Amino acid sequence: MTETLQVPSISSESFETDTKLEAKDVNAFFGKTQALRNVSLRIQKNHVVAIIGPSGCGKSTFLRCLNRMHEVAGGTMTGTILLDGEDIHQNDPVNLRRRVGMVFQKPNPFPTMSIFDNVAAGIRLNGMAHKNHIAETVERSLQQAALWNEVKDSLSKSGMSISGGQQQRLCIARALAVNPEVLLMDEPASALDPISTAKIEELIYELKKDYTIVIVTHNMQQAARVSDQTAFFYLGELIEYDITKKIFTMPSIKQTEDYVTGRFG
Amino acid sequence: MERHFQRELESIKTTLIKMGSVVEENFAFAIQAVLEYNNSLAQHVIDTDNRVDSLEIEIDNAVIDLLALQQPVASDLRFIIAAQKINNDLERIGDHAVNIAESALTLLRYKKPESLLEIPKMSAATKLMLRHALDSFILLDPNMARSVLETDDQIDELNRTMVTEVIDLLKSEKRFVETDLELIRISRNLERVADMTTNIAEEVIFHTQARVVKHHAEEK
Repeated sequence: MTETLQVPSISSESFETDTKLEAKDVNAFFGKTQALRNVSLRIQKNHVVAIIGPSGCGKSTFLRCLNRMHEVAGGTMTGTILLDGEDIHQNDPVNLRRRVGMVFQKPNPFPTMSIFDNVAAGIRLNGMAHKNHIAETVERSLQQAALWNEVKDSLSKSGMSISGGQQQRLCIARALAVNPEVLLMDEPASALDPISTAKIEELIYELKKDYTIVIVTHNMQQAARVSDQTAFFYLGELIEYDITKKIFTMPSIKQTEDYVTGRFG
Repeated sequence: MERHFQRELESIKTTLIKMGSVVEENFAFAIQAVLEYNNSLAQHVIDTDNRVDSLEIEIDNAVIDLLALQQPVASDLRFIIAAQKINNDLERIGDHAVNIAESALTLLRYKKPESLLEIPKMSAATKLMLRHALDSFILLDPNMARSVLETDDQIDELNRTMVTEVIDLLKSEKRFVETDLELIRISRNLERVADMTTNIAEEVIFHTQARVVKHHAEEK
């Protein structure tokens, strides 16, 4: 019996019908500098998409376009980004950023707030301020972030009193507390030790059952471990986007092959 | 929180054990078909070999996935490498079982030989070797694996004896050559199964103790 290597590709019907986010011909600019060029891709619901590429290739810029955070840094874009088929530029950006939450590279718990208040902050700001609801939501969010058992007896302590890895999971809990649909993660483990990194990666694997996740990482092996699809960017362009197994076993484009094998970048 | 990677490793092990079970059964049926001149058992072995081939491809793909996407190290890496090789050995044992089954069908077409010479003894010893090799993998028992290595020489000797006996018989009396050649073919396939089984035992020792014992490396 002979059979070729079974590696599915991204162009299948089910992929097209389960789209959560879609970028169409996205170009992004900071002043006159063009950071992204004609980027188009679809992100499937309850999947993890990793964005890889060398420094300065537009990974974080693209990520921030997905919830209009690029505007905070003075960026502009052309093209369209759809969330559940609706143009995100037609929505209130605050509500958009509740639906599409973000976790940053450096853990950033609010320094003057307790662990409890850090998680509750978003709930209160969004007007979901009933006392019982807040407590339940805080516990649920910390459970989802795999942090509850470690902090349940010290919720009143400062958010800065826990380790770096725990702080990052606290930030994830904070993002989850407002019931997002999508989580954007910009190198969420790059500032963490290997054990904390492994915990974050395992958490991502669990979270995708309930959320769609887009993660930017400069660690290719991390992209291979956690993601379902991988997008390779270079100099602002999307070079290749496919099932992660295909990207790391038989990429279609030589530039991708050269990058993942370490021949450049 | 158990890593999903650990679950994937367990899944490969479970599939490999399932494959071992199918191969072991087919090998036993093939031997039984020879010893009892059983047409339907022989045909069953031939017909079910594609199941072994499918399991081999399934395990191959799972191993490639883990190597490409999870970067296993230490004992996990040794397990993956051992699993890949055991997968290949089991598929080849399956092929040898088919060869033995085909020989059983051939024997049925001719006059029954008066004696199967060393075949019963070789079959029993090889079957036991395979059982112990698979058990050593399931139980991660390097001592049981080493006991398998010690039996391979016995099978090689029985094979040589078999060939010598058949040649002597062919020289000394009027024999049915097709039948005798089939006996040598069966003996050769049994000897190859013993070799593959030895490989499995060597991989178990590599996985559990990080020792390379193939080609008598430990003796050097």
